[in-house]
Amino acid sequence: MNVISDWSSYFPDLLEGLLVSVQLAAISLGLGIPLGLVLAIANGSGGRVARAGAIVLVEIGRGMPALVMLQIVYFGLPDLGLSFGSFVSAAVALTLTSAAYTSEIIRGGLQSVPAGEVEAAEALNMARLDILRFIVIPQGMRVAVPSLMGFSILIFQATALAYTIALPELLATAYSIGSSTFRYMSVLVLAGLMYLAITIPMSFLTERVEMRLSRHL
Amino acid sequence: MTPEVLLSILRGLPTTLLLTFGALALGAVGGIPLVLLRRSPWAITRIPARLLIEVLRGIPPIVWLFIIFFGLAPMGIRLSPLTAGILGMGVISAAYLAEIYRGGLAAVNRGQYEASMALGMSSPDMMSRIIGPQVVRVSIPAAATYGIGLLKDSSIAFTIGVNEMLYFANVESRSEADAIGPFLTAGAVYVVLSVLSAWGSRTLDARLQKRVAR
Repeated sequence: MNVISDWSSYFPDLLEGLLVSVQLAAISLGLGIPLGLVLAIANGSGGRVARAGAIVLVEIGRGMPALVMLQIVYFGLPDLGLSFGSFVSAAVALTLTSAAYTSEIIRGGLQSVPAGEVEAAEALNMARLDILRFIVIPQGMRVAVPSLMGFSILIFQATALAYTIALPELLATAYSIGSSTFRYMSVLVLAGLMYLAITIPMSFLTERVEMRLSRHL
Repeated sequence: MTPEVLLSILRGLPTTLLLTFGALALGAVGGIPLVLLRRSPWAITRIPARLLIEVLRGIPPIVWLFIIFFGLAPMGIRLSPLTAGILGMGVISAAYLAEIYRGGLAAVNRGQYEASMALGMSSPDMMSRIIGPQVVRVSIPAAATYGIGLLKDSSIAFTIGVNEMLYFANVESRSEADAIGPFLTAGAVYVVLSVLSAWGSRTLDARLQKRVAR
């Protein structure tokens, strides 16, 4: 058997795995980024307690490897009476990691909004929530977009870690094909190319967006 | 979190550090030719270098480790898990560091190049004595951030059986009645290490920045 016929027989299974990876990344980011925004706001303009809480959560979330987070949620939480399936566990772990990282990215974005704009809004007697909603968040999030896209690529790659908790995503599918055919190289390279099929276009898109957003600077 | 579990996990710390620094060293050296090719005036070297960097960065690290560890074995290249881990994380680091160096090269003031040329320095001389040292200084914060990320990513090597910290946490969690404690302990060690190294890199950076021309 040559590589091409190998690959065409692996491809349908791997495609299903890729779909699981993409879903996992989408859910983790869809929940993680809003959570990151909340943490960023708590850190930037909350009271002292909210601020300290946010900083501790972010440092823990960023300091702990995603793989460790995954093991804690999947193998550890059942000890406390919380058991999830492998997909939910992976989504919980990656959401927490995303929230911690994106909150720092978003905080940087929010800080880039000129203080004068906030002062002007205060002078107009706008409510604090309205200042955030209409002035700081729309402008700050725009600045954060390229970094958030770059981070999204990393989270998509991190879905491969869910292989360790038996989630049938792309890597797990490739590995199980490899262990039954003993042709690891061929199936793993195909899996790698399928990851690239997502990450390379995303990284070009990120670069384009970055150039577009910074063209008036 | 018991002291015995902590001690057991710390047995993996030397391997975690070896993996991190080994890969970082490999990447720091490997990134130099990559960035030089990436910035070369000839498309024939520039495009393949760019492609290589994208491929190295675009495939998840765990997939690279599997390709090197499981994929090469049937071809007669049998590496120990630790060697495969260092090699895999090292080539990925080379790609990331090449991009960091590229940013550093762009940050060095143009006048530095012009002044070196005006003094009649050869190109290798200019790079190694004037530009290079400044690039290193400018690149330190980004490289340190990457290194801290690498410290955490090194836990991935556990999946190919490298006996680093997560490996021992996993062993403890299987053997004890307590499944969550060992992982939380390992997580806490990583948090402490990354907070400490972030502080260390800020201090180092503050000292090195004094010697960069702006």
